[in-house]
Amino acid sequence: MTEAIITVEGLGKKYRISHQRQNGMRYKSLRDVIAAKATKLFTRNMKSEIRSKTSDLRPPASSSASLEDFWALRDVSFEVKQGEVVGIIGRNGAGKSTLLKILSRITEPTEGEVRIRGRVASLLEVGTGFHPELTGRENVFLNGAILGMTRVEIKRKFDEIVAFAEVEKFLDTPVKRYSSGMYVRLAFAVAAHLDPEILIVDEVLAVGDSEFQKKCLGKMQSVATQEGRTVLFVSHNLKSIEQLCQRGLLLKHGHVGYDNIVKNTITEYIRSAENIGATANGVELLNDLRLSHFALSPAVFQSKSTITFVITLEACSPQLITNLEMLIYNELNERMSLIDLRKAGAVYRLDGARILMIDGTIPRFNLVEGQYFVGLFIRTSHGAREFLNLLRIHVLPPPIAIGISPIQTQWMGSVLLDCDFTVHESQ
Amino acid sequence: MELIIKPGLAEKNYWGDLWRYRELFYFLAWRDILVRYKQTVIGVAWAVIRPLLTTIIFTVFANKVAGLKAPGDIPYALLVMAAMLPWQFFSTAMSEASNSLIGNANLISKIYFPRLIVPASSVITSFVDFLITLGLMAGLMLWYQFLPDWRLLLLPLFVLLAFGASFGVGLWLCALNVEYRDFRYVVPFIVQFGLFVSPVIISSSKILDNYGETGLLLYSLNPMTGVIEGFRWALLRGESALWWPSVLTSVVLTAVLCFSGIWYFRRMERTFADVI
Repeated sequence: MTEAIITVEGLGKKYRISHQRQNGMRYKSLRDVIAAKATKLFTRNMKSEIRSKTSDLRPPASSSASLEDFWALRDVSFEVKQGEVVGIIGRNGAGKSTLLKILSRITEPTEGEVRIRGRVASLLEVGTGFHPELTGRENVFLNGAILGMTRVEIKRKFDEIVAFAEVEKFLDTPVKRYSSGMYVRLAFAVAAHLDPEILIVDEVLAVGDSEFQKKCLGKMQSVATQEGRTVLFVSHNLKSIEQLCQRGLLLKHGHVGYDNIVKNTITEYIRSAENIGATANGVELLNDLRLSHFALSPAVFQSKSTITFVITLEACSPQLITNLEMLIYNELNERMSLIDLRKAGAVYRLDGARILMIDGTIPRFNLVEGQYFVGLFIRTSHGAREFLNLLRIHVLPPPIAIGISPIQTQWMGSVLLDCDFTVHESQ
Repeated sequence: MELIIKPGLAEKNYWGDLWRYRELFYFLAWRDILVRYKQTVIGVAWAVIRPLLTTIIFTVFANKVAGLKAPGDIPYALLVMAAMLPWQFFSTAMSEASNSLIGNANLISKIYFPRLIVPASSVITSFVDFLITLGLMAGLMLWYQFLPDWRLLLLPLFVLLAFGASFGVGLWLCALNVEYRDFRYVVPFIVQFGLFVSPVIISSSKILDNYGETGLLLYSLNPMTGVIEGFRWALLRGESALWWPSVLTSVVLTAVLCFSGIWYFRRMERTFADVI
């Protein structure tokens, strides 16, 4: 199926933020409007005459207020084919939820166009419409109806939903008595049994314990792969995005920053999120303790090569360093290694006159290809702290013997262990 | 089936969606009714006790103490109840509808469905109360041995009129309340004020006597005047006189309120999720 199921062209959404001088009240009162209209009769204020399509419907705010346009989304264009599972990532405020709201028809765009060919079901919040006074059974029907299922449909799937949520025993107690885990399971169970062509999910997997999250991911995976539905998934959990999605869309300040296979998009997200190099200078670690120099060389190298590092510490007051460790994290923020930099017999005392310098090598840096972030953990008599993302290094695939075809990185795991082996041929 | 989302596109899909989501009318009303009586002891009996008590109090004070009389030989209690029926329906429907969108703010901002269903379902909830009170009225009529005649057949028309008036006013207040929270305070005032301005305690014949036809016409600018008098006329064998221009004004006003209400609501609907 090469026909796009969702087409987004030049989509934009503008909010008008008004900075009211008198107080921070969000809600308008008739008094303000009447006062504004009266003043408008006597003064001509150019600002209050500039309107966007949506704000056309609202009367002008008090002329003493300043109005600022905030584009939550601007010039967003992309296409989604049927059966694609797209992960949408970006920092808070990048416009992800706004995009989903527009696709779910909850709010109207200011400009641009969206064409959707299929029934859409949105899961923007778990348990929307649940009423605490009603029982689990009643809430399943209510929630299902609100999400767009007919009563017949809900009756048909009722047992499945309850089985998925594992709340058979408590069906007839009011939902306000449920534990938060039960609540969330039931809510997700209802939504998971919708039958749309397009499913839009917004960070709902952030709730619940790990068992539940696994179950949800599993269900979403089966919805995507076995049932061939199109899924748009927004999450901050990069791991679940990578697990579930094939394609990644990165939103940056309301624009499409990157659109590629999910692994590349995640890398780009992290790369653009931080501006980190291979050297760090003058970082304030703890009170009176400064990292004047930290470097790894080379910054880009092949796996299994030797790299050197140097750390220089200075202090204004006397302190004793009891722990110093180098931490290495991968792109998904998982800790790959800890290098203990304590040495028996060495003195780790600092004061105004003395500086501490450590240099060394890592003879065979054997992590697989990828981007890594290097940090430090330091403990002194004054306190302890972890400093992540001080340096960034890029590891390339290891040298390969001639005549052997390389194995793709995705199969390599995390570590390339050294191994010496001999091949014997026997008769 | 292709759906196009564009700014300002008059949604042709909207009315189709209203039909597609028709079960939601029922579900939201069902939810409100269920919730109202959960964890109560007297429960549904409240729907009967409230109008009954109001009627008793009015009868005692207006009839016995103040000496207001009913036309013909209609028992005063029946006169009051026949007016309380539509009035209670109208005032509850109006109050609930005006708050309905704000009360369902979490739904509005997270799920798509035609928002018109929300105030409509609160009118339906009030209608259920109305039906219960109607049953009470039937009981009272049996008690007084004052049974209706053929005019009862026209009652459904007046019910429809009451429904329309409630819906129209409710829609306006509902949409206005989302943007201007003042209306939260305006509504109880309208209800109280309306109770005295509408012919609940007195009948319009008094207005006719004291202020003539123009007076009565002005009085009929309250759409509920026509409705209430119509109820009285239909239920009480026409012994409470009905002035047809009054009803006509009511019909016209109700139609205007409904259509303009729907227009304003649809216009503001696009911004609800942003403003609520």
